[in-house]
Amino acid sequence: MSKNATISPEDIRRLALLARIDLSSAEADRTGQQLNSIFSLVAQLQAVDTAGVEPLCHPIAMIEEMTLRLRSDVVTETDQRAINMANAPQQENGLFLVPKVLE
Amino acid sequence: MTLAELSLAQLRTELDRKKISAVELAEYFLARAESRTDLNAFLHLDRTLTLAQARDADIQIAHRNYSATVNALTGIPIAHKDIFVTRDWRTTAGSRMLENYVSPFDATVVEKLKVAGMVCLGKLNCDEFAMGSSNENSAFGAVKNPWDLHRVPGGSSGGSAAAVAARLTPAATGTDTGGSLRQPAAMCGITAIKPTYGRVSRYGMIAFASSLDQGGPMARSAEDCALLLDAMAGFDTKDSTSIDSAETKVSIWRSFQAESASKTSPMLEFENLRIGVPKEFFSEGLSNDVAAAVRAALTAFEQRGATLVEISLPRTALSIPAYYVIAPAEASSNLARFDGVRYGHRAADYKDLGDMIAKSRAEGFGAEVKRRILVGTYVLSHGYYDAYYRQAQKVRRLIAQDFQDAFKRCDFIMGPVAPTTAWKMGEKSNDPVAMYLEDIFTLGVSLAGLPGMSVPCGFGAGEMPVGLQIIGNYFDEARMLSVAHRYQQVTDWHLRTPEVSA
Repeated sequence: MSKNATISPEDIRRLALLARIDLSSAEADRTGQQLNSIFSLVAQLQAVDTAGVEPLCHPIAMIEEMTLRLRSDVVTETDQRAINMANAPQQENGLFLVPKVLE
Repeated sequence: MTLAELSLAQLRTELDRKKISAVELAEYFLARAESRTDLNAFLHLDRTLTLAQARDADIQIAHRNYSATVNALTGIPIAHKDIFVTRDWRTTAGSRMLENYVSPFDATVVEKLKVAGMVCLGKLNCDEFAMGSSNENSAFGAVKNPWDLHRVPGGSSGGSAAAVAARLTPAATGTDTGGSLRQPAAMCGITAIKPTYGRVSRYGMIAFASSLDQGGPMARSAEDCALLLDAMAGFDTKDSTSIDSAETKVSIWRSFQAESASKTSPMLEFENLRIGVPKEFFSEGLSNDVAAAVRAALTAFEQRGATLVEISLPRTALSIPAYYVIAPAEASSNLARFDGVRYGHRAADYKDLGDMIAKSRAEGFGAEVKRRILVGTYVLSHGYYDAYYRQAQKVRRLIAQDFQDAFKRCDFIMGPVAPTTAWKMGEKSNDPVAMYLEDIFTLGVSLAGLPGMSVPCGFGAGEMPVGLQIIGNYFDEARMLSVAHRYQQVTDWHLRTPEVSA
């Protein structure tokens, strides 16, 4: 996106779809304006010369070699089905209920 | 002096001498919390749960089943930011999405403080999913600043800061992604520390931006923060970015004590301390009252032997766009889990599964959270990833490198926490970018993963508190806390208490 590009109402609808957030058209208009002001702020990044610079993901990689740990693929949790199901909006027989996906 | 004004060490003495029991102490602070519902600092109090923990603490104390270093906190109350999940108290993250959520487990920080014997008073209000700089983004109403009820307490750990400032709790937990511990601490006149990224476990801290999020303590003094951080920190296998190194095995509290005891000459106790003063932190955006208070603090250090060194953090302004790409990107990914299927809000009416998810998220999330998810979705989407997210991560390295260059010439960096004191409620709530610009002095530290503190250093316009930011190099928390502690030995800004308005 160039510095002057703006986010169109179609862009907002596409983003809302990708993000799975239902936006009313009034909300989409307002959000579009705010996103445009946010994007004119972040456009400053484009002017920075980052040739040869590696992205920094874990800040401690600045001073020590960092690798993200992997755990052994073993069972570490005991069965807590009842307690985990307690927050479900809808459930039956220990299963999460959602609208029918296949007819 | 009332109980509300005692330090954690003094509370320890009172408990050990049986002058007061943990139950009485819990009752005392619960009553204070209940008397100040006008601040809207607490989201959830439950006397039964709190008093049960206090009774356990009294049993431990009675049996002397503790040692002074390991269980220095037994029986002392603390309240948790509602970002930390708790098995017993509801956890909302300040969101409608999680209004009735009860976690199956305790966050590591909650668990560690419980094991240390601390008594949980309840859960504290915050900006929704910790996204905000004023606490006006909480779905359960804004928190008020105890120094002026018409002003914001800062954010996102605003409930924690307001509760400590109003002496509703001796200590609180908070989290910091871009300044959320330091900025509300500054605006409410209390002390807080954001540790080095990876020091404190993120397990059970509801995720906002995983490469930035860090938990830390908020209290009235650096000494109290040292004791609390010592109990909170430590390697945790349940957090994949938790750090297990020689530095993290050293006791923060013992190092803090050693650092603080070694300084014998009170007049020159900061001799050999080189303080870097970044010229970019004293630029035109800084209000005069904050500048004056921070300069006076720097002079206090200088008069006691410290050397002030002018340094440059040339990419300070770039930390705002870098942060507002990285944080929303990670937030959009983290918040994808809220789909109304397994937990959280589910819309009442929907056509199909996709519609159910989209409506549940539309109803469950507030405006700022939606904005950040949409920004994050955009910068991670096909064709934009390299230009935004990857570019921001490269700028992040440059920003972190600027700090490393600066630390070649100084031990600590000091400056303001925020450009102004706490602003009036509603003043910036309709302009997200205006709010983002207020984070300019705290974002760089978060991007670099460095430890940073806010220490009360005076008052600005309208008698509102000002915070001094102290920035240390990686893992230098104990020495930084000791510098702050020794500053607090010769100043009394941290002891000032807001008057209770009628």
